[in-house]
Amino acid sequence: MLCVTLSLRPSPGLRTGVLALALLAPSLVLLSMFTYWPVIGVTLRSLVEQRFGQEPSWGFGNFARLEADPHFSKAVGNTVLYALGTILPSIALALGFALALRTQTRLVAVLRTILLMPQLIPLVAAAALFVFIFLPGGGLLDYYLAKLGRPATNWLGSPDLALGAIIAITIWKNTGYYMLFFLAGLAGIPADYTEAALIDGAGLFTRLRRITIPLLGPTFGFVTVIALVNTLVQIDHVIVMTGGGPSDSTNMILYYIYQQAEQNLDAGLASAATVVCVGGLLAISVLALRSLERGIHYES
Amino acid sequence: MKAERVGLALAVLAAVLWIIPFVWMLVAALRGSVSGQLDLASLWPDGPYNVANYIEAWQSGHFPLWYLNTALLCAGILAVQTITVSLAGYAFARLNFRGRGTLFVLFLLQLLLPPAVLVVPNLLMITQLGLFDTLPGIAAPYCASAFGVFLMRQTFRSIPRDFEEAARIDGASRLQVIRHLLIPLARPGLAAFAVVSVTSHWNEFLWPLMAVSSPAHQVLTVGLASFTLSSESGGDWGVIAAGTALVAAPLLVVFVIFQRRFTASLVSTGLK
Repeated sequence: MLCVTLSLRPSPGLRTGVLALALLAPSLVLLSMFTYWPVIGVTLRSLVEQRFGQEPSWGFGNFARLEADPHFSKAVGNTVLYALGTILPSIALALGFALALRTQTRLVAVLRTILLMPQLIPLVAAAALFVFIFLPGGGLLDYYLAKLGRPATNWLGSPDLALGAIIAITIWKNTGYYMLFFLAGLAGIPADYTEAALIDGAGLFTRLRRITIPLLGPTFGFVTVIALVNTLVQIDHVIVMTGGGPSDSTNMILYYIYQQAEQNLDAGLASAATVVCVGGLLAISVLALRSLERGIHYES
Repeated sequence: MKAERVGLALAVLAAVLWIIPFVWMLVAALRGSVSGQLDLASLWPDGPYNVANYIEAWQSGHFPLWYLNTALLCAGILAVQTITVSLAGYAFARLNFRGRGTLFVLFLLQLLLPPAVLVVPNLLMITQLGLFDTLPGIAAPYCASAFGVFLMRQTFRSIPRDFEEAARIDGASRLQVIRHLLIPLARPGLAAFAVVSVTSHWNEFLWPLMAVSSPAHQVLTVGLASFTLSSESGGDWGVIAAGTALVAAPLLVVFVIFQRRFTASLVSTGLK
């Protein structure tokens, strides 16, 4: 094949194009099978209405069912709460950690390692540990709260507290990772700026507000995008710890999809919910593509 | 400076809080049989110590099988990814072809649509391919990596073109240039990618849970979840702690030893 192309002496542009296609082909084939086609396929599937004893027909019936399903609206609401509850504190803490751990001492290295450790273990493993931490009465949290005179609390069993517990794990697990990006971002700020501000007598908070935070703009954007994607795709702890309960208080969009697909075997609802989730992610990406690109840049 | 000391003190406080679950895991896993149920939560390392919990976890789970499956999965994915991302990364870094920008955006799309979101259609896909309930079935959606392509593009761009042109003048073909020149020079990029790839697939749960039905093909995370759920009802917290330690230990140990490289890889990368 290659000999033929060479002997015909096509234009250099064409030859580069053919070569590029050949190099990209393995990735493109795989991406088509497991990213592009699944998005198209699941969209088509979501539009097929399956009724018992009837031929399947096209329509928006699955989306109507989805909208009418109180479990789904609860899952969407929970996902929004979960996103707000994890992203804002994680980012604030990550920035704080990065500011405190900017120097290069041995103590700082140890502290960074500790803060990053949760990121290295599976979310399932984190969940297994936190099941015990939140165990009512004899668990780690209640054991030490009891010493302060607090009565036992059913953390995971109470609809008001369970989502908070799930949020706590996520913050514990991801904050160290986000800290890394803030550390990288801080390293990119020229020392002159802060020194000049210092000479001008600017206090700590003025420097933060006027120099550091504005210059970290792209980092904030980038970390927010990762954190948003994480809130939509990480539900392993929900599966292990609460199963979406109690009374749907920790149900999330992806958990709902998992339930429909694995437990209720309702392909129509699972597909429609997937389309909603993919739509959400695409919306995020369109909004954030710019900050994402900038964010990835300064890492190198 | 005063503010910095306060910041550091707060960070120490946070680190103490952050490490508690790990401390509990190690203490509880090593604690021998306890008389009082309440003492289970104590973080104070008071003996008697033995490895009974580890032995029980090892025997009631299928750890050798789970380790093997997870290692095979991570190695297999990484092997295929190394090829796909090197080739595509090179194309995006070095070749000027029409539609390059559009294709690159299409690739980046995968960063925002991780396989976890597409579990429903991907399950259908691997079933149609006859890969349901196999390790290659778990691996398939990860074999192309937009993130890896991105990283390799950056890496190839940082290598001076002169090297390549010299080799080409000496008569090396493009593939030879990639294999003997670019890949060796791109090793730091590949190493960073390997760290991120192995970490994320070692820890992956939802997709391996759904793509596999028989216990023979379970990976560590899936095994740990079922193990935890069954031991939880019996209140065997020491055994759960030991099982969790067995699952988390390999990466944690490697991380603590190669801390600097790990951190650099995670930062230099961004998305998993």
